[in-house]
Amino acid sequence: MGGRWKDVFLVAFGQKKMFKNVIPAVLHFLIYAAFLITQIEFIEIFIDGIFGSHRILAPFLGGFYTFMVGSIEVLSLLAFFATVAFLWRRNLLKLPRFTKTELDGWPRLDANFILFGEILLIAGIFAMNGADLVLQERLPDLYHSTGVLPVSKLLSFDFFSAMDTPTLQVLERIGWWSHVLVVFGFILYLPNSKHLHIFLAFPNVYFSKKTPRGEMANMPDIMNEVRSMLGLQGQEVTETVSDVLPVFGASDVKDLTGKNIMDAYSCTECGRCTAVCPANLTGKKLSPRKIMMDVRDRATEVVRYEALKNRAAAADNATDEAHKGDGKNLFNYISREEIRACTTCNACVEACPVLIDPLDIILQMRRYEVLTESVTAEAWTPMFTSLENQGCVWQVPQERTDWIKEQ
Amino acid sequence: MAELAAAGEQPEVLYWVGCAGSFDARAQKVARSFCALLDKAGISYAILGNEEKCTGDPARRAGNEFVFQMLALQNIEVLNLSQVTNIVATCPHCFNTLKNEYPALGGNYEVMHHTQYLQKLFSEGRLSVSGGAFKGIKITYHDSCYLGRVNGDYEAPRALIETLDADLIELKRSRSNGLCCGAGGAQMFKEDEVGDKRINEERVEEVLSVGAEVVGANCPWCITMLTDGLKAREKQDNVMVYDISELILRNI
Repeated sequence: MGGRWKDVFLVAFGQKKMFKNVIPAVLHFLIYAAFLITQIEFIEIFIDGIFGSHRILAPFLGGFYTFMVGSIEVLSLLAFFATVAFLWRRNLLKLPRFTKTELDGWPRLDANFILFGEILLIAGIFAMNGADLVLQERLPDLYHSTGVLPVSKLLSFDFFSAMDTPTLQVLERIGWWSHVLVVFGFILYLPNSKHLHIFLAFPNVYFSKKTPRGEMANMPDIMNEVRSMLGLQGQEVTETVSDVLPVFGASDVKDLTGKNIMDAYSCTECGRCTAVCPANLTGKKLSPRKIMMDVRDRATEVVRYEALKNRAAAADNATDEAHKGDGKNLFNYISREEIRACTTCNACVEACPVLIDPLDIILQMRRYEVLTESVTAEAWTPMFTSLENQGCVWQVPQERTDWIKEQ
Repeated sequence: MAELAAAGEQPEVLYWVGCAGSFDARAQKVARSFCALLDKAGISYAILGNEEKCTGDPARRAGNEFVFQMLALQNIEVLNLSQVTNIVATCPHCFNTLKNEYPALGGNYEVMHHTQYLQKLFSEGRLSVSGGAFKGIKITYHDSCYLGRVNGDYEAPRALIETLDADLIELKRSRSNGLCCGAGGAQMFKEDEVGDKRINEERVEEVLSVGAEVVGANCPWCITMLTDGLKAREKQDNVMVYDISELILRNI
């Protein structure tokens, strides 16, 4: 329990794993810190909006208010530079992890959308504060003093001083409204965006795998079956006769664990996994990021399809239809070529800043191929045969002890 | 092991040879040099011999849980009947499966990778170096995924290399960023999917870029992959790939 909260604190809150690569880590941390601290000001904006007040906290908090809004200004300015740097890295620098084909279309647009939204939000903050600072001198009864706000005082005071009072009042309102609209728009936008990671990173880290990294989940049904087949002592096996063939492994999102699905929705498509994947680095189709995006897209598709189904079923009483799926599964998204190219090296698992495990999904799909469909990579069939017959990965003519003699 | 057990004796440790150590000509040499080190340290050890089977790692990672369970349960039966408590393996895949996957099936042992075991022997003073056979030689070290990233041990092999008194040059991608040789997850036993190049070639290019004369490894599959990669680049005479135990043996 303690270990899980420690992970949440260090990995999610402290972004420990991001700091493997310092430059993006610092840039990301600035935006994150600015985002967090701006929420304090948003509480005031929210209250002001409801009661028609203006900077209601300023008279109560006094010097602390100046410190708070001042800190927001400094962090927002830094976040502005970080956002510009991110736009540059993403669109002009052509970093390999941002140019992969799985980002074509909506994912690339989604990322840029958020970054532009951030610039809009920061511009809103500085329009609001900058105009306010001048208005405090001209109309002190209407605009309560905030104290000296560092960025607005140093960088934009002269700029706003040159404007007439009605223009400043309108500008201040535009800044205020753009702040409100961007934040509420962002909340509505989040569930359909890779940016859901700002919330899901925390539970995803909390629920991350605590068993040894090298341990694949055991399959007790198969273990018991094999035990009884080998005539070994141990658990009692209860014979169950069923017409339904058992399904092992995962062919669709419903076969995956809840954590696998949360992983998929926690993914912000940064591509640190794909950038270190040996298969991807050498030009194979496998990309751990694409695995996560595919699982998420398929999960969303299943939920939408079932909602439609249920509505139709409720209207028409068409119950037979309701049992059928949409005729698709994860293999429509993820090819066999992709899952078979994985070396299980765990580089993707190690790389993920929010402890997503793409490998677990790949291995569950491999299990489905072999155990449920009885298909596999061509060269793995003779390996399985040797293992079954001789207990060795190769077909071997010698004794297992011959190596001792050949001195 | 069966003979010792029948005589009521318990060896200090069971050496898990693995399929590579048992049958692959290159890995057999590693197995013999590791045994030579155990002899030098005066360790009483045993092997399972013909009762040893593949741990099941490649079957499980290729998706064949059925074959994995068959192998694992038979191995566990033999190990438990022989009352084995301590195991050392020269293959990090065997090591990982024995250590992390057998407990769920009823097999609980103290399992060490041979680099960890050798480091222990050094720290206990049961092994010590004499010659500076590698003085001035440029050695690089390739982290195996299953000892390094998967089981978190980056230090034991490096501590052993330190005893060689050689110049250790780290690869660009090392420790938790180490690049796979391309063999894991049963890739060793099939052809690569279509791509630009093989993973071992990518890794070997990195080895060549640091100008090392010797690559120290700790896994039979890594050794095969790196050696093949060097051959593909026609550098097999310029750079030699050794298991760390082989390097240690030469220096004792």
